[in-house]
Amino acid sequence: MMMLELLSMSKLPRHARLMVYAGLVIVAFVIFLAAAAPLLTPYDPTKTVGPSFAPPSREHPLGTNRLGYDVWARIVYGARTILYVVFAAIGISMALGIPLGLISGYYGGRIDRALSMVMDAVYAFPSLVLAIALAVALGPSPTNAAIAIAVVYVPTYFRMVRGQVLSLREAPYIETARALGLPTRRILVRHIAPHLLPTIMVVFSLSAADAVLTEAALSFLGLAVEPPTPDWGYDLYVGKAFARSYPWLIIAPGFMITLLATGFALIGEGLSERLRREAV
Amino acid sequence: MSSGELLRVEDLKVYYYTLTGIVRAVDGVSLSARPGELIAVVGESGSGKSTLGMALLGMVPPPGKIVSGKVVIDGVEVTGLSGEELRRVRGSLVSMVFQDPFTTLDPVRRIGDQIVEVMTEHGVPEDEAEAKVPGILESLGLPADLAMAYPHQLSGGQRQRVSIAAAIALGPKLLVADEPTTALDVIVQKQIMDLLDDIRKKRGMTVMLITHDIALAVERADRIAIMYAGKIVEYGPTREILEDPLHPYTRGLLKSVPDLYSDRRPEPIPGNPPDLRDPPKGCRFRPRCPLAGSICSKEPKPREVDERVVSCWMVGGERR
Repeated sequence: MMMLELLSMSKLPRHARLMVYAGLVIVAFVIFLAAAAPLLTPYDPTKTVGPSFAPPSREHPLGTNRLGYDVWARIVYGARTILYVVFAAIGISMALGIPLGLISGYYGGRIDRALSMVMDAVYAFPSLVLAIALAVALGPSPTNAAIAIAVVYVPTYFRMVRGQVLSLREAPYIETARALGLPTRRILVRHIAPHLLPTIMVVFSLSAADAVLTEAALSFLGLAVEPPTPDWGYDLYVGKAFARSYPWLIIAPGFMITLLATGFALIGEGLSERLRREAV
Repeated sequence: MSSGELLRVEDLKVYYYTLTGIVRAVDGVSLSARPGELIAVVGESGSGKSTLGMALLGMVPPPGKIVSGKVVIDGVEVTGLSGEELRRVRGSLVSMVFQDPFTTLDPVRRIGDQIVEVMTEHGVPEDEAEAKVPGILESLGLPADLAMAYPHQLSGGQRQRVSIAAAIALGPKLLVADEPTTALDVIVQKQIMDLLDDIRKKRGMTVMLITHDIALAVERADRIAIMYAGKIVEYGPTREILEDPLHPYTRGLLKSVPDLYSDRRPEPIPGNPPDLRDPPKGCRFRPRCPLAGSICSKEPKPREVDERVVSCWMVGGERR
């Protein structure tokens, strides 16, 4: 399958391949935590199941928080929250940014200028500030957080796709497709979009890494979830007040946020090595 | 218009509106071709021959525009069509094969799919289109199982055959072949040209061969149109053009080709083609023409000399 060959890592140098594999293992691990959460802990993450501030023990491997919630349970269930927000956000921004970028790049002219202007305007905002503003306006819920984050990344996909399409549309095989009477829709979907895949993979991973941090920031500010929903960023915020005496309250969620962001970033950086080599 | 015409081009003008001026790439070209005929359009780089080819499909790349004139193929006025109508004509009535087979096939799609989609996008049901692919490939001298291959697995000659397969899948009446053999080595060139001849004869398809190689044109074409600086300077049967070239540019072109069977040395035409943003007034070949006189500062009208049309003040009428 050629489509898979586009994604194949055989052309990557060894260190880049290792980065991609490490990243995949990390992300897969977090997905596993989220998927298998009920099997990994007997506790409900939103119920008092022990004394306040219990240190790590056999019953509570990462201890408990002020309300006596199990920290490990909040980590595994919190993985669900952050993954939901991150994937939903990236999904929305790809669903908007990629088709708009295709249209803008292929048709050019007035549509292109109008779309580019809107996207540049969004892109010009500091992304975190924009996400915070949107999250405040929409109110705290994971879906709203996803929408707020999605808006930030639409221009990233748009710009990347548009740029590639600008050069792809001049390719002789696109001219041939036109000369043989293929409709524009088919040219875009079948002859241009597949060539974007490697780049989309890279941008996907890197923007996911960024989105993890943005989500954590939003929930740290109480803008992503309503308590007592388990969420790493929110737990980090709550734990901060007691960090000096009960460090496990911030070490666990802080480590997980860093780990997940690193995982996505490793995949993206590793894969981009190939694009960089092909560009040479 | 005589009934024996498949293609008629009438006073076609295609200009490119660039930032540095209007490039008159095709400037008043008239031409016709009969069904099943192979006509060659011969000219140097920048003579407008490729633009002419593209214009026959109504697809001049921006900033180019068909300014005026008509293209009629098999009774259909292509220049009057747009949008969906124009798209349907491409591939089914008139089709095109390009120069470089290494870049004209989509590298990530299977050969078979690329042929099938031409048919399905013109209303052929998918199963029917798929059933036709092996036959089409075989008629082009390719093994049927190549349908599953990707372009990078094929040689240059095979790829050009695939390009031709996709172009003729719907049985177009006219095939525009823009330097179809230029990127290939000589042996393969001959095979591809033989193949085009073969298809043309079997299907009664008209072929317009666009080339800079007058030797190739002389060898293959029924009629030759010599293009210079956006205009056709001479158009007529190959034999007549070869044996008695009328236009001084045609003569120069023929003299610039080496001849294995004589001691004659090839002679280049002095000078360069004009800038099409600001072509010379009157005859565009005047600055390079050995025969040029004062009358040449007026634009020569195309004149018929027997079966030929020639645009030169110095020939035609009472021959000199």
